[in-house]
Amino acid sequence: MTLALALEIFLAMLILASAIWTITARGTFAAVVGFVTYGLLLTLVWMSLSSVDIALTEAAIGSGVTGILLLGATARLEVTEKCTAARSDTPLHVVAAIVCALVTIGLAAVVLALPVPAPTLAAAAVANMPAVGLGNPVAAVLLAYRALDTLLESAVLPLALIGVWSLASDQVWGGRPGFQQQLDREGLLVFLARLLTPFGLLTGIYIVWVGADAPGGKFQGGTILAAMWILTMMAGITDCPPIGRLWLRIVLITGPIVFLAIGLAGFVVPGTFLAYPAGLAKPLILIIEAALTPSIAASLGLLLAGPPERMPEG
Amino acid sequence: MMSGSAAFSEAANAGGFLLVLAVSLPTAGMLLSVLGARLAARAAPILMLAGLGVAIAIAIEVWRAEQPLVYFVGGWVPPLGLALRADGLSAAMLATTAIVVCATGLYGRAAFRVPAGVSETRAPLVFWVLLMAVWAALNLVFLGDDLFNLYVALELLTFAAVPLVCLDGRAETLAAALRYLLFALLGSVLYLLGVGLLYGGYGTLDIVLLSGVVRPEPIAFATLGLMTAGLLAKTALFPLHLWLPPAHAGAPPAASAVLSGLVVKASFFLVVRLWFDVMPGLLNLVAAQVLSTLGAGAILVGSVLALRQARLKLLIAYSTIAQIGYLFLMFPLAGASSAQFGSNVALTGGMLQAVSHAFAKAAMFMSAGLIAEALGHDRITELRGVGQMLPVTVFAFGAAALSLVGLPPSGGFVAKWLLLTAAMTAGQWWWALVMLLGGLLAGGYMLRVLAPVLTDASEPLMPRVPILRSRELVVLALALCSMLLGILPLRPFGLLQIGRPPTSEARSR
Amino acid sequence: MSAATLFGWCGAALVGLGLYGLITHPHPLRKILAFNLIGSGVFLLFGVVARRGAAAGMGGDPVPQALVITGIVVAFSATALAIALLLRIFRQTGQATVSSESKHPPERSADS
Repeated sequence: MTLALALEIFLAMLILASAIWTITARGTFAAVVGFVTYGLLLTLVWMSLSSVDIALTEAAIGSGVTGILLLGATARLEVTEKCTAARSDTPLHVVAAIVCALVTIGLAAVVLALPVPAPTLAAAAVANMPAVGLGNPVAAVLLAYRALDTLLESAVLPLALIGVWSLASDQVWGGRPGFQQQLDREGLLVFLARLLTPFGLLTGIYIVWVGADAPGGKFQGGTILAAMWILTMMAGITDCPPIGRLWLRIVLITGPIVFLAIGLAGFVVPGTFLAYPAGLAKPLILIIEAALTPSIAASLGLLLAGPPERMPEG
Repeated sequence: MMSGSAAFSEAANAGGFLLVLAVSLPTAGMLLSVLGARLAARAAPILMLAGLGVAIAIAIEVWRAEQPLVYFVGGWVPPLGLALRADGLSAAMLATTAIVVCATGLYGRAAFRVPAGVSETRAPLVFWVLLMAVWAALNLVFLGDDLFNLYVALELLTFAAVPLVCLDGRAETLAAALRYLLFALLGSVLYLLGVGLLYGGYGTLDIVLLSGVVRPEPIAFATLGLMTAGLLAKTALFPLHLWLPPAHAGAPPAASAVLSGLVVKASFFLVVRLWFDVMPGLLNLVAAQVLSTLGAGAILVGSVLALRQARLKLLIAYSTIAQIGYLFLMFPLAGASSAQFGSNVALTGGMLQAVSHAFAKAAMFMSAGLIAEALGHDRITELRGVGQMLPVTVFAFGAAALSLVGLPPSGGFVAKWLLLTAAMTAGQWWWALVMLLGGLLAGGYMLRVLAPVLTDASEPLMPRVPILRSRELVVLALALCSMLLGILPLRPFGLLQIGRPPTSEARSR
Repeated sequence: MSAATLFGWCGAALVGLGLYGLITHPHPLRKILAFNLIGSGVFLLFGVVARRGAAAGMGGDPVPQALVITGIVVAFSATALAIALLLRIFRQTGQATVSSESKHPPERSADS
C-alpha cells in the first residue's frame, strides 16, 4: 500500500463521513455546512483522479454557488424546521436503508465488473486536437467534438432562469430580484467586495482565456465573475438590475445565439453544422467562449438572485 | 476522418441538414423569445409554420429514402462525435409534435396576450419561451443518437415543463410542480448513472454503435435496469404515477395539452430506443412481462381512479395514466423473441397509440379548458347544457373520447386493435383481456362526462367569457387528426418500420 | 485496489446515501441536498471511468470529463429551480412540503 493510496483512502473516508453527516444531521444548516465541506473535499478527489477541469468546476459551481443557494434557502426556511422534523417512520427508514444498501452493493459490483483494459476515446481525442488547434483536450471535446452538448447546455441556463423568474407574482414582474441591501460603508462586506472584486474579475477572465490550452474554461471563469457580481450586490455597492430591461435579456442570450449562429454558418464554409473552417477553429472557438462568458456569468448570478421581488423605483 | 467511421455503418446523407433545422429552429425561437413577450408572440407563428414544414419534410424524406436520415454534427463521426438520426419512429413523433405544438400555440395566443399599454407581463413571456423550449427538447429527444445528448435533452424538457405546471401561481400547482421536478430529477440522475456505466463498459454512447457491441452481461443488465427505472419515473408509469394528476390537471389547458400529449411520450420513446435499438439482444421475456404488468396496472388503476374523479381535468389526467399503460403492453409482444410478423404489428400498434393519444389528449385538455373558461368551473356533475353552449368543443371532446376508449373511427381503435391482434398471435391472451377491460372502464368514465354534457339544461347556459370560434376550430382539428389516423390505410404505417434493426432471427443467420 | 476502484466504491456509496436521504427526509430542502449528493456520486463514477481510460499520455479520458462538467452545470440549474419553487411555496403557504396534503391550501392560523 503506497502513501498515495493511503492518503486516497483517508480522503475517501472523509468524504463518506461528510456525506453521512449531510444526510443525518438534525438541522438543515448543519447539513448544508456538511455539504459544502463535502464539495471541497470532492475537489481534492477530482485532482487525484487527474481531472483538473472538473475540480475547478466542482469547486466553483458544485460546492461554491450551490452552497450559496442552499445557505440562502436554509436561512429563509428556518421557521419550517420544526414543522417538518423527521417523523420516526421506522418501517420506511428500514426499507429505504435496505434498498439503498442493495443499490450501493450492486453499483460497487458493477464497478468491479468494468472491463479491463478500459475502452477509451483518449487516443482519438488527442489525435484530432491539432485539427482543432486547442491544447486542452476537455475543451476540444466540449467545443469541437461534442459541441452540440455545450450549445444546448448554454441554452439550458437562460431557460432555467426564465423558469425561476416565472415564480414571481404578476405585480412585480419586470422588477428587481432579491432584497435591497443597505450599503454599510464601514462594514466588512463592503471591504471584502472592494478588495476581492478586481482580483476576482481578473482571475475569472484569465481562467476563461487559458481554458483553451490548460484546465479552465468559460463555465469556471464565468462562475467566478458571477460570484464577484453577487458579492457587490450583497455588499450593497450595486443593485440587481430589473429583469425587464432589454439589455439584460440581450446579455443573457448573446452567448447561445452567437454559438448557434457560428454553428449554422458552418453549413456555408466547411459544409457541416457546428464544424469550423480549417485554420479558423481556434479563433472561432475563442469568439464563442468570449460571447458565452458574459451570458453564463449573468445567468448564474441571476439564478442565485432568484425571482423578482420589488419594482424598480420610478 | 476517424477510426470510428468504419464502425458506423450508416453514412450521413443529404437531407440531414433538415435534422439540424428541426433542432435549431425551436432553440433559436426560444432564445429570441426571451427578449420580450410581444416579439415572442409575433415570431411564434412564423417559427411554428417553419417547424411544421421541417417536420413534414423529414417524414417525406425518410419515407422516400426508405432508410434513416443521419447527420454527423460538426463532421465528427461517433464514437468521438455526435450524430442526429431520424428513422421511421422519429419521423412519426416529430410530425406529431409539430402539429400538437402548432395547435397549442394557436390555442394559447388568446389566453396569453399581453394587454395593451404594458410592455410585458409574466405569463405570456413564460408561455412562449417554455413552449419553444419544449419543442426544441422534444425534437432533440426524437432525433438524438447519443445517450448523453439525450440526457441534456431530457433536462431541457424538464426545465421547460415544470414551470408550465405552476404558471398560474396557485399553491396547489406550485406543490405539484415541485413534486414533478423531484421525480423528474430522480429519473434523470438514474438515467445519467446508466449512461456513465455504459460508457465505462463499451467506450461509446452512440445508439447505433452500442447496438453492435452490447452483450448480455451484468453491466448491460444493470444499466438497462437503472435507465429504464429513471425513464419510467418520468413517464409516470404505475406505480410511479403519483406526481402526474395534480401536475397535469393544475397546469393551464394549453400546457396540459403539451404535457400529457407529448412530454410523457418523450421518456417512453427513450425506453423504446433503449430496449429495441441499443440492447435488442437483451430483451428477455421476464423483463418485458414486468414492464407490461406495470402497464396493465396503470390501465386498471388509472381507469378506476378516473371513474371516481369529481373534476373534469383530474379525470382527464388519470386517463393519461391509463393510456400510458397501453404503451407498455407492446414490449412483450414486439420483442425480438416474438415472431417477425407479430413484432411489427405490436410496434406499429404501440407507436400509433402514442401518436393518436397525443392528438386526442391534447384535444381533450383544450376542450376541457374552453369548457372551464365558459363555466368558471370544471365539476363534472354540473356540466349539463354545455353541449348546447359549445357544440363544436363538445364534438371535438367526443371525437377524442372515441380514440381513448378505442372505438372506430379513430387512431386509438386501430392501435388497440393491432395490440390485441399481436397479443392473440403471441398467445399472450391475458393482455387482450386487460385491454378489453381498460376499454370498458374508459367507456365508463367518458360516459360519465358526456352524459351530462350532452343533456340539455333547463335553461340555455351562457358562457361567462366569450369563447373564440378559432380556438374551438383548433381543438376540432386536433380531434379530427386522431380520427383521421383511424381511416388511413395500413400502408403509411410502414413508415414506422424504416430503420428498425434486424430481429434476432435475422441477426443470427 | 487502485484509486479508481476506491473512488468507484465511494461513488456507489454516495449514490446509496443520497437515495436514502431523498426517500426518508420529509423536508424538501433536505431532499434537494440528497439529490445533489446522488448527482455528485454519479459524476464521481464518470470520473472513475475517465481515470480508467487514461491513454495516449493523458491522465484520463477527456470525454467523460467533459460530460461531468456539463452535468455539474445542469445539476446546479436544477437545484436553483427547485429552491426557487420551494421558496415560493413557503412565501405563499407558510409551509415547506411536497406531501399530498398540500393539495388543499392549509389554514394560515394553524401550527407554526
